[in-house]
Amino acid sequence: MKVLIDVTLKEGIMDPQGNAVKDGLIKLGYDVNNVRIGKHIEIELKDLEINKAEKLVKEMCEKFLTNPVIETYTFRFEV
Amino acid sequence: MKAGVVIFPGSNCDKDVFEVLKDLNVDVKYIWHDEKKLDVDLLVLPGGFSYGDYLRCGAIARFSRVLEDIYDFSQKDKLILGICNGFQILTELKLLPGALLKNKNLKFICSDCNLIVENNDTPFTRFYKRGEVVNFPIAHGEGNYFIDNEGLKRLEENGQIVFRYKVNPNGSIGDIAGIINEKGNVLGLMPHPERAFYKILGNEDGVRFFKSIISYFR
Repeated sequence: MKVLIDVTLKEGIMDPQGNAVKDGLIKLGYDVNNVRIGKHIEIELKDLEINKAEKLVKEMCEKFLTNPVIETYTFRFEV
Repeated sequence: MKAGVVIFPGSNCDKDVFEVLKDLNVDVKYIWHDEKKLDVDLLVLPGGFSYGDYLRCGAIARFSRVLEDIYDFSQKDKLILGICNGFQILTELKLLPGALLKNKNLKFICSDCNLIVENNDTPFTRFYKRGEVVNFPIAHGEGNYFIDNEGLKRLEENGQIVFRYKVNPNGSIGDIAGIINEKGNVLGLMPHPERAFYKILGNEDGVRFFKSIISYFR
């Protein structure tokens, strides 16, 4: 099974990269209010029961894949 | 006093710190990231781009073999100094609170930098005056220190802010350039005191930083 994880900066944390991209989009004529940039991580796992897999992925995210001081995450499975 | 400078794959300021300590007649050695021997009094995590700064700065260095016993080490009467990437590693290890984000202007900044010594009651700053302005160079792309309001309040109250920027170069909250842990033996800072050591290279403001450490162990 495969898990798709999105890591984003927490709300309220300044994202200068997002701001620069927003300015770029506005210069191209797009009417955008805000841009936030994050990371996308794909991990292939051995097939597991879904709740076991969820627990495992949460653990990976909290231990290593994200820094809880500044980042938050969501994930979904692709079977 | 024995000192060890860790070399991670991607460290690039290890030699600078090593030479500075050697010139002060400190018994100093390099410690390869895969060795586990922390038989030193001062452990230095130098600047650079450990493990290519993959995932987040310092995130992968945290799992190197050399740092396996770092929590025990930090509980002893030993000092840990993290400069630049070393500071980032210390926050990832949670030995120091907060995190370092991309510079506000998105640029890698390499320049001289005036700092205010906020706390001279630490093993690293005892030879400075409180409120004194010193110049240590900075060279980083991700030195924008962040901590939540509660954490910031705690740092202020405990006197854990050791250095502040005189003019904030990177967007750091509270102009913070360097902090120490509550116990007072783990210091992390973005500026490079080891690059302010030889008169011929510009300034010697960093000499007292290292002399402070030596005098602490006397």
